[in-house]
Order: sequence, then structure tokens, then C-alpha cells
Amino acid sequence: MTPLLSVQGITKTYGAHIGCADVSFDLYPGEVMGIVGESGSGKSTLLNCMAGHLVPDAGQVVFDTRSDGPRDTVTMSEPERRMLGRTDWAFVHQHARDGLRMGVSAGGNVGERLMAVGDRHYGDIRDKATDWLERVEIHASRVDDRPTTFSGGMQQRLQIARNLVTGPRLVFMDEPTGGLDVSVQARLLDLLRGLVRDMGLSAIIVTHDLAVVRLLADRLMVMKSGHVVETGLTDQVLDDPQHAYSQLLVSSVLQV
Amino acid sequence: MSEAAYNFAYLDEQTKRMIRRAILKGLAVPGYQVPFASREMPMPYGWGTGGVQVSAAVLTPDDRFKVIDQGADDTTNAVSIRSFFERTAGVDTTTKTAEASVIQTRHRIPEEPLTEDQILVYQVPIPEPLRFLEPRESETRKMHSLEEYGLMHVKLYEDISRHGHIATSYAYPVKVEGRYVMDPSPIPKFDNPKLGDMAAIQLFGAGREQRIYALPPYTQVVSLDFEDHPFEASKADHACALCGAEHSYLDEVIVDDSGKRMFVCSDTDFCESRRAAGHVGEQAA
Repeated sequence: MTPLLSVQGITKTYGAHIGCADVSFDLYPGEVMGIVGESGSGKSTLLNCMAGHLVPDAGQVVFDTRSDGPRDTVTMSEPERRMLGRTDWAFVHQHARDGLRMGVSAGGNVGERLMAVGDRHYGDIRDKATDWLERVEIHASRVDDRPTTFSGGMQQRLQIARNLVTGPRLVFMDEPTGGLDVSVQARLLDLLRGLVRDMGLSAIIVTHDLAVVRLLADRLMVMKSGHVVETGLTDQVLDDPQHAYSQLLVSSVLQV
Repeated sequence: MSEAAYNFAYLDEQTKRMIRRAILKGLAVPGYQVPFASREMPMPYGWGTGGVQVSAAVLTPDDRFKVIDQGADDTTNAVSIRSFFERTAGVDTTTKTAEASVIQTRHRIPEEPLTEDQILVYQVPIPEPLRFLEPRESETRKMHSLEEYGLMHVKLYEDISRHGHIATSYAYPVKVEGRYVMDPSPIPKFDNPKLGDMAAIQLFGAGREQRIYALPPYTQVVSLDFEDHPFEASKADHACALCGAEHSYLDEVIVDDSGKRMFVCSDTDFCESRRAAGHVGEQAA
């Protein structure tokens, strides 16, 4: 089976400072990978390198494209990469404001990707947008409201709807539950888990919240100071951490 | 300072050369915004500094120059730009559309069809059609170069969702030759169909924004729309009160304190020549 995404030796430095160093892994279709680590450990740098927002200094990000099979997205031309970015890929930002157009209605936000890939029928776009709002538990009557009138949790769900409307195959998530209160987090995670399973999505989730990866991720990668210190199945890593830092991370979770 | 101290048409020859180069590039790539080194002009930004520079670059001593502002020859902007070129270039001026070889316009296209011997120069406040959707210039340039125009439809989508129809009535975005999306300057969308396949050369100058773009004669220009909400060139549903014209773009004029109003042609030359030819509207004195 061809991996959907194959990352080989990704390295990114900021001057003398290491962002992430020599990270390699394969992600298979339908798999959810969690990346955990403390702040500044290079999780987001790695994610941005994979999603094409940053250019890595070395390494390959090979994505199994629909049309031409496996292609290295780092060396692929920018139009092609941007096309992937609005069709097969989705990127969920930590702050919904970064991923949404705050001056545009919810329907317009969801419809943007559809229009970007060539939909030119207002009625169809609107129907799809409404459908997606309902799938992320936003009432259809809010379709013409701006995201500024939404709560934080709703904004995050809107961002997810906006990203998933074109049926991507790979979703990058950067702390999708950060900044939300725990009950809203729980609902969002429920929703995400349902969507990932229903649509057979592959996802890479960056987070420092171990509960999030426990719920969503099949596999886990623990990062520290730009290096991957431990990888394995989620339950395996969380229940029996081998590396000293993983042990520290797992033991730091507050038990209620 | 004596007026002879001005170079022909105010700008120095090197500047005109630079602007002509930008114009030629614009004509070669229809709808593409060519950056140019806009000069400080003796009028405030927003008064047509871009259009004036383009006019200065294309004027020759044999030209006959016409300026319209919202279709009218006798408004402040039109009068001052006309007298500016009378003084600095000494060219003949006219108010007759058919007699002019260069027409500088603000927010209108003359009603009378233009010919191959004419140049239409537009004053453009904001050349970037994506500006209010994507404020980063670096990003909009990338979007133009990669032909990523989905965002333009988001604006039209918003119009329909809020008003039930496409409410954008001026500066209505167009696609040029199936490639660049262009802001046609704030002309009413009634004028949009005239942009395409026009015999005259159309030049667009934005002074503050330092951009020139152009449409060569007989260029394909399509107004953006949705399949189920097609583009419609709208105008006030009246006939001109002075000349009776049914198919010209109309200004609404409030005539007294009790809210009485009249609709008159915004193109003053068109209206006057119709009246001279004996056409009479309802309220013609």
C-alpha cells in the first residue's frame, strides 16, 4: 500500500536555532497521526513544512496525488501546491480567525473553496454550505451571519466545515482545540472523530493536549527540541512511555 | 513662471516615455496591472492624477481632448483637467464625443459608440479588484499570477446572500480575454457591456496606486456572474426627462424640498445633441 504522505528527513532551521531536524514518517490513508511535545519543540514548524507554508531546508514531503501518484510537494511548482492546498489538503488553524474570513458570512466562508475550484452556481454552493454547517452542528439559519457573531467553538467548527467542504484527503490541524473551554473541546473532538471516521480522512494533529491525541490519533510522535524522541501507537506511547521526556509529558497530565 | 516653461503636456519627456512603456506593456497583456513610477501632479490624489498622467503621455499637439466626470463636461473635475491641458499642452478641447481623439473619463463610458481613432482614458481610484477581500498586495499579485479568482465570486455570493441579487452596481469586476480579472474603475455596471469589443483603445491610470492597465481594441471582456444569477446591466427605469432617451444611463436629480425628482442623462453631450436633433423629454423647458 502506498503511503498517502511520506515525509523524509525534513529539517528546518532558523539561523543557528533548530526548528525541526531530520523528521521522517509515513502516513497511510485513513490514519490519524498525532504530534505532541512542549511549546517550542518544533511541532508547528514541522506541520507548516508539510503543508507547504514553510520551505524546509532539507527533506522531502511526498504526497500521493490523485492524478500523478506520489509527488514531492516541496519541489512541485507553486500553482500545483496551492491547488493541492485547496482541494486535497485542508489546514485547520489554532485560532479560527486565522483560517476564516471574518468579514464574510458563514456561507461565503464555506463556499469560498467551492468557488475557488470552479463552482459557479449560487444555489448549489449555498445548498452545500448549509449542508456542511449542519454537519458541524451550526444551525442553517446562521448561514448569512458573519463569524464575528459566532462563539469561539462555533468559529472553530465553521473553520472545519470550510476546510472539509471540498472533500480533502489529508487534514493538517494545528491545536484545533486550543483556546476552547473543556466542554466545547469535548464536543469538537466528538465531531472531529465522527468526521474523520465517516469521510475516511487522514489527519496530522499537532497538539500539546494528550487527551486530544488519545481520542483521535492512531499513532503518536513525541517531539522535543526539534527531534522526534519517540513514535508508536497512541495507546502504547501513552501507557508505556519509553523516553524520559515522554514519561515526563505523560506524568504531567493532571488527574481530576 | 511663464507658461512656456512647461514641457508639452506638463510632464517631462523621460516621464512620458516611462508611462508609454507601461501603457504598451498594459496593451500587450490586457487587464494586467503594470506598475509605473507615478509622479506628483499639481492636483490632489483622487482627482484623476493617474488619468492625467496617461493622457499627458498619449496626447500629441494635433489631438482634440475631451474630459468627462460622471458623464458631464461641466463639472469641477472635468473643467479643471480640461483647462490644465489647455494651458500646459495647448491642445484643442471639445465637449463633443465624436470630435475628440482623446477622452479622459471619470466613472462613465460615453453613450455614443467610440471609433478606432479614439483613446479612452479612465481615472482609477483602486485598480485592485481583490483589495477589499484580500488586503495583502503580495497575496493579490500572487492570486493574479496564478489565476486564483475564486475570491472574487465570494464577493458576489455575499451580495446575493444579503440582498437577493448581485447588488454591486459599479466597479463591477470583469474577466479580460479569459485571463485577468480587472476592476473597470467605478463605472456603473450599465457600462460594462461597452468595455468588451470596443473599437477605441482603453487605458486605465491609477496615480496614487501607481498602476496602469489597458484594453486594446476589440478585447473580450466578460462580467463575472453566477449561472443562476446572470450579469444584468441595470439603469434607472425611466426615460431622460430632458431628451426622452430610453436607453442611456440616468442621473437622479432631487429638484425641490418635497422630494420631487427627475431623471436625466448622465452623458451631457449625448443629451444635448439629442435635444439639438429635436428629441424632447417630459420636462424639457
